[in-house]
Amino acid sequence: MKFSESWLRQFVNPSVKGADFSHLLTMAGLEVEEEETVAPLFDGVVVAQVLEVNKHPDADRLNVCRVDIGGKEPQTIVCGAPNVAPGLKVPCALPGAELPGDFKIKIAKVRGVESSGMLCSAKELGISEDASGLLLLPPDAPVGEDIRNYLDLDDRLLTLKLTPNRADCLSLTGVAREVAALTGSPASYPTIATVPVASDKGRQIVLDAPDACPLYCGRVISGVDGRAPTPEWMKRRLERSGIRSISALVDITNYVMLELGQPLHAFDNGQIQGTVHARMAQAGEEILLLNEQTLELQDDVLLIADDARPLAMAGIMGGEDSGITVETTEMFLEAAFFAPKAIAGRARRYGFGSDASHRFERGVDFGTTRKALERATQLIIEICGGQAGPVSEAAATLPARPPVRLRAARVTKVLGVTLSGEEIASLFVRLGFEFTRSGEDFIVSPPSYRFDIEIEEDLIEEVARLHGYDNIPVRAPRGIISMLPQTENARPVPRLRQILADRGFQEVVNYAFVEDSWETDFTANATPIKLANPIASQMSVMRSTLLGGLVANVVTNLKRKQNRVRVFETGRCFFRDEQGSPVAGFRQPWKIAALAYGTALPEQWASASRAVDFFDIKGEVELLLAPCVARFEKTVHPALHPGRSARLIVDGESIGFVGELHPQWVQKYELPLAPVVFELDLAALTKSRLPKYVEVSRQPSATRDLAIVVDQKLELQRLLDGMKENRPTIVRDISLFDVYAGKGVPAGKKSLAFRIVMQDTQRTLQDAEVDAAMQELVAYLERAFAAQLRV
Amino acid sequence: MQNLDQIAQEATAAFAATEDPDTLEQVKAQYLGKSGRITELLKGMGKLEPEERKATGAAINRAKEAIEAALVARRDAIRRKALEARLSEESLDVTLPGRGEARGGLHPVTRTLERIEALFRSIGFDVADGPEIEADFQNFTALNTPEDHPARSMHDTFYILDEQGKVAQDVLLRTHTSPIQVRYMQAHVAKYAHLETMPEIRIIAPGRVYRVDSDATHSPMFHQVEGLWIGENVSFADLKGVVADFLRRFFESDNLQVRFRPSFFPFTEPSAEIDVAFMEGPLKGRWLEIAGSGMVHPNVLRHVGIDPEKYVGFAFGMGPDRLTMLRYGVNDLRLFFDGDLRFLRQFV
Repeated sequence: MKFSESWLRQFVNPSVKGADFSHLLTMAGLEVEEEETVAPLFDGVVVAQVLEVNKHPDADRLNVCRVDIGGKEPQTIVCGAPNVAPGLKVPCALPGAELPGDFKIKIAKVRGVESSGMLCSAKELGISEDASGLLLLPPDAPVGEDIRNYLDLDDRLLTLKLTPNRADCLSLTGVAREVAALTGSPASYPTIATVPVASDKGRQIVLDAPDACPLYCGRVISGVDGRAPTPEWMKRRLERSGIRSISALVDITNYVMLELGQPLHAFDNGQIQGTVHARMAQAGEEILLLNEQTLELQDDVLLIADDARPLAMAGIMGGEDSGITVETTEMFLEAAFFAPKAIAGRARRYGFGSDASHRFERGVDFGTTRKALERATQLIIEICGGQAGPVSEAAATLPARPPVRLRAARVTKVLGVTLSGEEIASLFVRLGFEFTRSGEDFIVSPPSYRFDIEIEEDLIEEVARLHGYDNIPVRAPRGIISMLPQTENARPVPRLRQILADRGFQEVVNYAFVEDSWETDFTANATPIKLANPIASQMSVMRSTLLGGLVANVVTNLKRKQNRVRVFETGRCFFRDEQGSPVAGFRQPWKIAALAYGTALPEQWASASRAVDFFDIKGEVELLLAPCVARFEKTVHPALHPGRSARLIVDGESIGFVGELHPQWVQKYELPLAPVVFELDLAALTKSRLPKYVEVSRQPSATRDLAIVVDQKLELQRLLDGMKENRPTIVRDISLFDVYAGKGVPAGKKSLAFRIVMQDTQRTLQDAEVDAAMQELVAYLERAFAAQLRV
Repeated sequence: MQNLDQIAQEATAAFAATEDPDTLEQVKAQYLGKSGRITELLKGMGKLEPEERKATGAAINRAKEAIEAALVARRDAIRRKALEARLSEESLDVTLPGRGEARGGLHPVTRTLERIEALFRSIGFDVADGPEIEADFQNFTALNTPEDHPARSMHDTFYILDEQGKVAQDVLLRTHTSPIQVRYMQAHVAKYAHLETMPEIRIIAPGRVYRVDSDATHSPMFHQVEGLWIGENVSFADLKGVVADFLRRFFESDNLQVRFRPSFFPFTEPSAEIDVAFMEGPLKGRWLEIAGSGMVHPNVLRHVGIDPEKYVGFAFGMGPDRLTMLRYGVNDLRLFFDGDLRFLRQFV
């Protein structure tokens, strides 16, 4: 809501000015979003009248003018403007004036002729960009008057960012009422007299949808002059409120809307057939609007119609065919109250909005509707002439304003500040709320213009606003102090993130909506959860894996010459699931995924450079999982190289996968190298366990190395599982320390070297026992895996 | 025994002329070896008279001791020199970089969220989480946002298609983190239904939220963090205290200006917009909108089964993305979601 401050001050004129005034409004909930001045600072410019224009003797483009500046003697002023002519009233900068841009006016000779001032364009005064000629003033402009005063150039334009509950401030009188309440300055409003009826022309009105339109007033005004000019003062106020002047009739409806908050609509009475109806649209019904849009309507749109056709989308926009034009001589003027629920969202649905719909959606004061009709009539007859017909009014049940109770004790409980009954009463008086009071207990009747006072808290907010949010104390929190639980059975997610960050991974946040091809590529998900209204096609489905985003991170970073990429993300993934909870039908687990691309280590002088591989990323996973130890099983995953991918099993459940990106995707996404990745269920990683002490043996341990040759395809895990199950009791630990294939090992075979640690908890082991245990292990390996001892 | 002193001097000089242990030992043999000069002298003593033998023996021993002392000193000197040579040879260019992995880092918004969580934990706030595909009830209805509220239109809210390809009516991508509060309150009420007075609720709820909006200052996915404190004696004055304290701690600025001004949200009444102004830096003196807040609307409490007559409380919501931008001077929101390592690495 934009308006001119000087217009507002016609209604209420508190002593607080300028930035303080804006602050006052902002701190009362009417946020001043923008403050503009109408013109930059200048002085010494007056209204002048050109008396005579003569060609300059020595310059073709210049004229020598005799100008009346309101003093005794007309002045001689040289002027180069093309539109200068005798009789015109224009601004004149007198000697000594200072114009915007530090331009000082002095008596000076212009091509030999002395000029005592300068006639000004709008641009020279900084009012507009128009430099095409002199700024022409109306013929009745008083010669000699200071132009700042005459054009009200010290005015400020304020733009309020109003919250949707404060529709009552979408008018000058509404803001004035609020300012009066805030400052205690008296407000005076335009006196609205009932215009005498001078014609018997009228129209019948029928409310076919009384819930949507409970009040409709209208009247015919005949004999109006659609071509009458809009008075300057009205034009100026409209323009300073951001509304372009169109024609007097339209301007008047807009002016009254700004003044009183009641949108009006003017129909060409000649275009209306029969009765005026306020009815719901039939589904599919069409209307051509003033903005030249043809809409096909749904049946929840309220229409103003005549007996034959729709005339307007009620409260939103008039129809093209029924609107007034400069030709109009007989008009039908509408002032109605449309229920917010009947208007809300409709204009937006069709992709537009209007000043009227903005107000009706939020609530227009139905107590002002009829007054606004009278006010507009009065202005129309003043400006465009004509005879007013009788007002037709159709009314149904208007919104109730049930009384609301307020207890002073509740104010204290909610706000944390104690206000006496007296103080509260005085605030309600300032607001102009009617109330009855019994001690600390109030019963308040909300006014018709307030759509936001329904419960006690609404009144508490009014009390808080007027008392001032700044005057509510800032209290340090007080409460029962009890410690938050701090379990060791879980690892907090920040800890997991920190581990990956410490291991060289950079956290990223990628969009949860992705390209659907990512879902098919990386999880073979042909039926991802689709958005109904995606912002773009590459953000159209909800991800069920974090991989797509990470691969895209590599692609974009490669373009930026970042050739080593280590990234990770934690985020929810989305699946349809009958058993899903808490939102039925969906499972939304948190996942953690990481990707490494490029060299295993950052390029450095002291380590040989090699590409990151499966075992690098597996190492990261193991580190991240500790103290939990997962089993890795060979697996097939749509995203991964089938020979280089594993799933992780913890407590018998699969918790995710690790592997190298499938060569197919490496090629498709044009990656010079294969990234290695993992993705795990975050829930599985946050589990931890309380460490449990086991006595450390004091007996010395014996260590033996064992190298065997087995089939190349035999998985280590099978060997380890077998050895652990069949190990002699003194064997404490078996670990692999070397894998070798090549010279010295038959083709199709590999050599594995294990370190075996043996220990007895009670006594020192004898060499013979150790040797026997080793022989037992070897015998088992030969038997179970056809292993050969490598010598 | 002029001769003996001479021998000792010769030996000392000969030792000093050696540069390595082997040569030294060879030189030593010339004096102290089996047929060394001192040894020879000792051998010759047998020929002397007892009286003379005593005096000569003492003199030879003195010479021998002097030679041995010179030998030990020279051995030490050679060893020291060798060590010095080795140390010098082994010395490195310590300015060469260290070996191994470089450090990664957290996302700047994660840094912010972790700080927010830590600050609120320090006054007893727990951290709550909730689903991102959310039920219409928790996202809107329970938050006093009526059926025809503009926020519910497809212009603002992402809806999803059901398996038949129709717009699902009851679910959406959450537009704020407030539904987490709704779920938490519902669970809290169920948990403490048997008590006459339930314990206070003190949580913050961080998370990703979604709105149909995309330009330099809006991202279709962004972060929010909401706070909620419900109890029997929690007032607007406490809201001011907690949030002002938080903002000053977060920005580590005791002179940060914080103001509360009336605003409107469907789920709070009274409602307040919170602005801050820095007293230094490029944004000095400008009021910046930082959070929305207010006293939880009685309808919201009723929706989750809390008696608004007995319990009151406040809620606030703010954008960690914006807090992060202000904290680190980032000027483009889109950088947070772009995965550009050149940007992200600045927050290691």
